Amino acid sequence: MARIIVVTSGKGGVGKTTTSAAIAMGLAKKGHKTAVIDFDVGLRNLDLIMGCERRVVYDFVNVINEEATLNQALIKDKRCNQLYILPASQTRDKDALTKEGVGKVLEELSKDFKYIVCDSPAGIERGANLAMYFADDAFVVTNPEVASVRDSDRMLGILSSKSRRAEQGDEPIKEYLLLTRYSPARVKVGEMLSVDDVQDILSLHLLGVIPESQSVLNASNSGVPVILDEQSDAGQAYSDVVARYLGEERPHRFIEEEKKGLFGKLFRSK
Amino acid sequence: MSIDTREPAKPVLEFKNATLNVPVLILHSANLAQIEHQLLEKISQAPDFFKHSPIVLDLHDINSHDLSLDVQTLIELLRTNHFLPVGIRGGNDEQNQQALTLGIPYHSSQAVTHPVSEKKVETLKPSVTIEQPAEPVENKFINTPVRSGQRIYSRGDLIIAATVSAGAEIMAEGNIHVYGALRGRALAGVQGNPNSRIFCSRLEAELISIAGNYKINDEIDSDNLNKPVQIFLQEHALIIESI
Ligand SMILES: Nc1ncnc2c1ncn2[C@@H]1O[C@H](COP(=O)(O)OP(=O)(O)OP(=O)(O)O)[C@@H](O)[C@H]1O
Ligand SMILES: [Mg+2]
Repeated sequence: MARIIVVTSGKGGVGKTTTSAAIAMGLAKKGHKTAVIDFDVGLRNLDLIMGCERRVVYDFVNVINEEATLNQALIKDKRCNQLYILPASQTRDKDALTKEGVGKVLEELSKDFKYIVCDSPAGIERGANLAMYFADDAFVVTNPEVASVRDSDRMLGILSSKSRRAEQGDEPIKEYLLLTRYSPARVKVGEMLSVDDVQDILSLHLLGVIPESQSVLNASNSGVPVILDEQSDAGQAYSDVVARYLGEERPHRFIEEEKKGLFGKLFRSK
Repeated sequence: MSIDTREPAKPVLEFKNATLNVPVLILHSANLAQIEHQLLEKISQAPDFFKHSPIVLDLHDINSHDLSLDVQTLIELLRTNHFLPVGIRGGNDEQNQQALTLGIPYHSSQAVTHPVSEKKVETLKPSVTIEQPAEPVENKFINTPVRSGQRIYSRGDLIIAATVSAGAEIMAEGNIHVYGALRGRALAGVQGNPNSRIFCSRLEAELISIAGNYKINDEIDSDNLNKPVQIFLQEHALIIESI
């Protein structure tokens, strides 16, 4: 049986797709057969971030509508043979997804895969609800600003009441916090919430802090999940996240400012 | 998929007797205008609690006073106010018939048209649910955070051993205890109990209310914010006291 992970947030543009691509690749690189599904029907871009946009023939909606088999639609990653991508349709709208259809696809994938990563669209509507409905684990992607934290809180409420696990009275979805686009320098001058501020509001298990990093943009532009850029801070942070998720203990990094010049030292608060 | 009819079918359904807790609306007057007025008042104290709430109408009292009531209009009134009437009891034949035509079953255990002594009914059919005179209050205990957009209602006390997020709403007919930061809306004594109180380990609430007397965050004395406090009513004024 596969473990189904939803990468969700409520708010848009916080780094869900970046995260989905990174952790799917990370899990696969550790030898776990992993599928990553783009639930953002109509606005697909997971395939771009994964660098397989030119290899899309069939998509998630085709499989749901039984116009293609799962095997026809799954794209095998060229860098890691344990990783498969199920792209979203660019030409349909979100109503093409049905609970029954999504359930069937996940069930079929579950037979063969160890992890299924669901990249949720923004919002709290149909697409997002279906992405989280069948989940076992939720990675709640949050940026250190008030609106994003509030939306994550709202999403957590939905996870705990509207998921399959909630409806069937099973053990609740495991919720993890992923704080992304974190900039210690901006936290220091009060332009961003700190890790502690966010934790205070959300009281969630912190899986990792991903720094704001140019490497993410470079990675997206070249279609390489940032976790493969082992030199980069964001890539290392995502590696830590995957390791922690798999049970390893690793200290949190990238929470404090890196370079501390004389000025930084003088004004260090801790 | 096709169903194999040779195999003995596994049962896919069963009937069971269950005793459900359903609010009962006991009427003491047949004056529909008065009823509506007081109903709206109750609803305004806990709008979300009453929304889509099932309800049983108890006509025992008005019938014993020979007051005549238009059941159909009353049921329509309840439905427009988002109640879901699921039964009437204590009705006479005509009222029962009216209810039935609106798809609402009647319960004859206390009907005035069958003046069977209640005791006898009880001994003959112990399974008939007869309202307990004093139902034990049900307190509610929650130990996970109450998130933005969530609403919790308790008919007794409400005890939350976690934070209550901004944008969440917690309501209790009795007291509210929050062992964590209270950032959302907290309404105690929503059925009008002026003696109910709110306790929290950190007051950051958007709104606090006891028996309908409320304060919004802006009106809370900043000395009390971010502190452990208790909140109670004194001569219709909300008092916030640090603890
Ligand atoms: N750690 C980071 N550092 C810098 N930029 C980042 C980081 N994470 C994400 N971004 C950038 O933020 C933008 C949004 O990222 P992404 O597409 O992953 O978000 P999303 O949550 O999937 O958005 P949507 O809600 O539209 O699906 C992208 O331009 C991405 O490159
Ligand atoms: Mg996305």
